[in-house]
Amino acid sequence: MHTVVQSASKSVTIGHDQPFCIIGERINPTGRKKFQELLRAGDLSTIAIDVEAQVKGGADMLDVNMGVPLTDEPALLAKAIKMIQTITDLPICIDSSVIEALQAGLEAYEGVALVNSMTGEDDRMEIILPLIKKHNAAIIALPNDETGIPATAAERMVITEKIIRTVEKHGISMDKLVIDPLAMTVGADPEAVKITLETIHLIREKWGLNMTLGASNISFGLPNRHALNAAFLPSAMSHGLTCAVMDARTPAINEAVRAADLLLGLDPWGGNWIARYRAQEAAKNEG
Amino acid sequence: MTHDEIIKALFDETMIGNAPAVLELTNAGLAAGMGPDMILFEALIPSLEEVGARFERGDYFVPEMLIAGKAMSGALNILRPLLAETGAETVGTFLMGTVKGDVHDIGKNLVNIMLEGAGFKVIDIGVQVSPEKFIAAIQEHEPDILGMSAFLTTTMPMFKVNIHEITKAGLRDKVIIMVGGAPVTQEYADAVGADGFAADASTAVRIAKDLIQKKRALINA
Repeated sequence: MHTVVQSASKSVTIGHDQPFCIIGERINPTGRKKFQELLRAGDLSTIAIDVEAQVKGGADMLDVNMGVPLTDEPALLAKAIKMIQTITDLPICIDSSVIEALQAGLEAYEGVALVNSMTGEDDRMEIILPLIKKHNAAIIALPNDETGIPATAAERMVITEKIIRTVEKHGISMDKLVIDPLAMTVGADPEAVKITLETIHLIREKWGLNMTLGASNISFGLPNRHALNAAFLPSAMSHGLTCAVMDARTPAINEAVRAADLLLGLDPWGGNWIARYRAQEAAKNEG
Repeated sequence: MTHDEIIKALFDETMIGNAPAVLELTNAGLAAGMGPDMILFEALIPSLEEVGARFERGDYFVPEMLIAGKAMSGALNILRPLLAETGAETVGTFLMGTVKGDVHDIGKNLVNIMLEGAGFKVIDIGVQVSPEKFIAAIQEHEPDILGMSAFLTTTMPMFKVNIHEITKAGLRDKVIIMVGGAPVTQEYADAVGADGFAADASTAVRIAKDLIQKKRALINA
């Protein structure tokens, strides 16, 4: 299954036979007071800094979220997407829980976007899926519904199946569907990550769909989060995770992902791994 | 064991989240003639307060806070009926729910555990709570504080809707309202007309206690 996401000039393929797709996060003002104030005042300069940091870190795509409370999120997101497209050719993952913002973002975007995200709630799917179809976009779907976040893999499978049926009903092909099997912190439940891994495995076996996660969730509330995230991602990849929304600025985590690419046969003969090493050495020698 | 030894052991075992030991010591304390209020206010609550203080300083982490809270909850299950008999003043009643449109509950559950640990009676009405359901629960349980949780920028506006509906129902001055959740800020809490906000579970407990004390002082004045 190949999910192809494109900017005006660049194409990224997500798939089980492809190197892992790092969707750079942080272009997101949640919990960042100063950034929110700047955005409210119409100052988008922080976005450019964040984009540069994610690109430099090795992101394959960029997740863009403009969820600033008490603002016109659709207008802000459209403006941000237009601006980001002038500074990078990486494809964009349009991230909002506001449907009007997703719509505005899709209209502002040139290419094939990934949309983050919808839940398995009927009323949400019925509004979002026509938008996805109209814009030929791909959609991230979470297997939770109005009753809450399912505690078991079996329950997550039931909602995933329902999502698949609904996507089919809207005439959207399966390559446009990326499931987020839900990552919760192991700090609040010792079984949380096991359940996520089991869900990834089951979805991979049954439907072969692409899957993403908000990967850094797993280490919330714990010390030395980078080490936990770096241990988690290769494990999730070997179960069938094909992309993740994550901060690309952390070398330890990126290296773990790229090492797993090589070890899992997704970087044949270590071409990317070796090129990366050479680039780092060259940068050292210049410095 | 003397009463002092039991208090010290309870404090220490709660701090490390040793639930079986806390249960055993609670029973031992009661058997040795200690009052349930003594066990609660001299051992368990101070221990959880220390856990909270360490968490706020960054010395304690979420799992440590959780298991300490759970150990404390186990003891409270024994103590609660006994405390009710003695008619001791409770710390307060806290009604908790995640707003309509939102199913996130990990943060909310963590706050619940810490509140229970601090001696609050917590009534959790779950996720996706509509304004009508909040109002009915306020009428039924008459809590000192209503806590509302929202994890999404899209569901946060429900705070304002709920507060508006609670005001319309004539209940606004009957209950203290606190809000929280990942995207919520003090500024936002003020804007929607909440009485309190906290960024984490331990701070939530501290602020809940402060707000109740202020309200009781006002009533008694």
